[in-house]
Amino acid sequence: MKQKFSMMDATSRDDFKTYGGLILVFILVSILSVAGMLNSQMKGLLVPLCVYAIMAISLNLVVGILGELSIGHAGFMCVGAFASAFFSKVTVGSMPDLLRFIIAIIIGGIVAGIFGFLIGIPVLRLRGDYLAIVTLAFGEIIKNIINVLYVGRDANGFHFSITSANDLGMDLTTGEIIINGPQGITGTPKDSTFAIAFIVLMIALIVVLNLIHSRDGRAIMSVRDNAIAAESVGINITKYKLIAFTISAVIAGFAGALYAHNLATLIATPARFGYNMSIMFLVFVVLGGIGSTRGSIIAAVVLTLIPEVLRFMANYRMLIYSIVLIVIMLINWSPSVKGWLDKHVYSNIPFLSKIRAKEGN
Amino acid sequence: MVSFFTHLINGLSLGSIYAIIAIGYTMVYGIAKMLNFAHGDVIMIGAFMAYTIISTMGLPTPLGIIGAIVICTCLGIVIEKIAYKPLRKAASPLAVLITAIGVSYFLQNSALLIFGSDPKMFTSVVPFQSVTIGSFSIPGTTIVSITVSIILVAALQTFINKTKPGQAMLACSQDRDAASLMGISVNGTITLTFAIGSAMAAIAGVLLCSAYPTLSPTTGAMPGIKAFVAAVFGGIGSIPGAMIGGLVLGVIEILSRAYISSQLSDAIVFSVLIIVLLVKPTGLFGKVIQEKV
Repeated sequence: MKQKFSMMDATSRDDFKTYGGLILVFILVSILSVAGMLNSQMKGLLVPLCVYAIMAISLNLVVGILGELSIGHAGFMCVGAFASAFFSKVTVGSMPDLLRFIIAIIIGGIVAGIFGFLIGIPVLRLRGDYLAIVTLAFGEIIKNIINVLYVGRDANGFHFSITSANDLGMDLTTGEIIINGPQGITGTPKDSTFAIAFIVLMIALIVVLNLIHSRDGRAIMSVRDNAIAAESVGINITKYKLIAFTISAVIAGFAGALYAHNLATLIATPARFGYNMSIMFLVFVVLGGIGSTRGSIIAAVVLTLIPEVLRFMANYRMLIYSIVLIVIMLINWSPSVKGWLDKHVYSNIPFLSKIRAKEGN
Repeated sequence: MVSFFTHLINGLSLGSIYAIIAIGYTMVYGIAKMLNFAHGDVIMIGAFMAYTIISTMGLPTPLGIIGAIVICTCLGIVIEKIAYKPLRKAASPLAVLITAIGVSYFLQNSALLIFGSDPKMFTSVVPFQSVTIGSFSIPGTTIVSITVSIILVAALQTFINKTKPGQAMLACSQDRDAASLMGISVNGTITLTFAIGSAMAAIAGVLLCSAYPTLSPTTGAMPGIKAFVAAVFGGIGSIPGAMIGGLVLGVIEILSRAYISSQLSDAIVFSVLIIVLLVKPTGLFGKVIQEKV
């Protein structure tokens, strides 16, 4: 076994560590959960943790691997969430729960992917910060439109409206309103479990890591590193940008489906699907080390847990969170702060100075 | 027709406030090449400072405005020195963006702890109610915000084009290394830019809360984003562009709220931005950067 492990090339070994680590954590948490060592608050966090980790993988593909800044990724998650919750509401009871949920996740991914593709065509022509602001704009538009969307179903079929529930013109005795404007979708079946969320997380991870090591993945990274050089060796920039963007949207749609089926009421509020959430995902990616899939996942988990762990500090917790964020960024990224730490702190701690020396090489 | 003019003037009023915020964004972007996500929260701090000095301490209004400007200017300088300057040479431009988000969280949560989450009623700093011309009246805040924004843009343009520090700013925005070789203190110029941008944010905060008097720790967030959109719309880095972008955005927002749908007004504003960027990928007044191989 050991020999086999060392025979793998460096990248597969690295991927293996990521998979192995995640499975280990999953088993450990499952045991703790069964043994009753997790309180209900921690149990309630398990699915959101997976959802955020999936979003971190998804956004890392765009920001870290493709090298384009997106601050509207919550929009794709929102589309996936509403599409899958809509499907579940319509088909609940007509097929086995697990099968329906799996189809709902796939539908969430496909619909988000279609949106990602359609939005990607115009957006990816832009550059840098202009691209970022347009992704933000699309995210806000999606949230805004969902908030005025009314969909109902009765014996005569589906009814749509973008003004109010009364304009649906449907028979409320036989039918029901499925999407109720700003009130969103209520009563989505609560299907998301830690196990399913973890499986989706693993699938997203396998897809992205394999993409990165494939021919297409190398093409995508070449677009990031030097678009002109990539174009001059015959790489179709638009195609590879769209591939990365669409796959990322599909994965975000999966996350949205899991998210929707973990909530009793799905509403597109600014806090839930607005730019604040997109920015939160961006923080995961940057803090995890731009381009490092494993780092993004770890950052997503740690940054979600920090406010929960700090809950005893009540109102001070978000203040402390923000200070921690600024300090970590300075320690990780600032050349002058790094230099100072190397000189005065790390050199006095033998263990750390060894690690720093190794990193330097 | 009268109602149309009323909406148009309301739009110009909101637009001129967006313009003042957008100018702060655009100046910082032009010179420090960073999106300052905390700018919207400096607006909020400015409004809270004016509120504290005028309503809580009962001091005269001009003192409140000047106090807010001074405090925000200092705040801008401190934020730049502590959070942004160490990251100026960082390997990725995203690092400073995330730090700006951290600063934004920090300001919002500090305000939450100090002032509480319940909205405060801001008393307008404009001493007169409204001016009636013929059949329709223009609110006092509208006149003041439009006038102030025009004065500020004119003053800034003169400052940048006619004074030495202004020329230094221009030089830094074009080529930072070349500017430092010409003997310009790049760090000093960037600090000055942040100081001016934050002072303008304080003015914008006071005007915004005079027109829309509810004040809470998240007051600055959405106007901040809208002004950011306005800055991009006009071509980020261009001051006249930010002014026009702000005005156009304000008018579109108020008109679509009045005639199309109040819930969809944000979506319409963002759609206009997307259409403009698809036609002119660097905004209305943005420079087209030629790529060299």
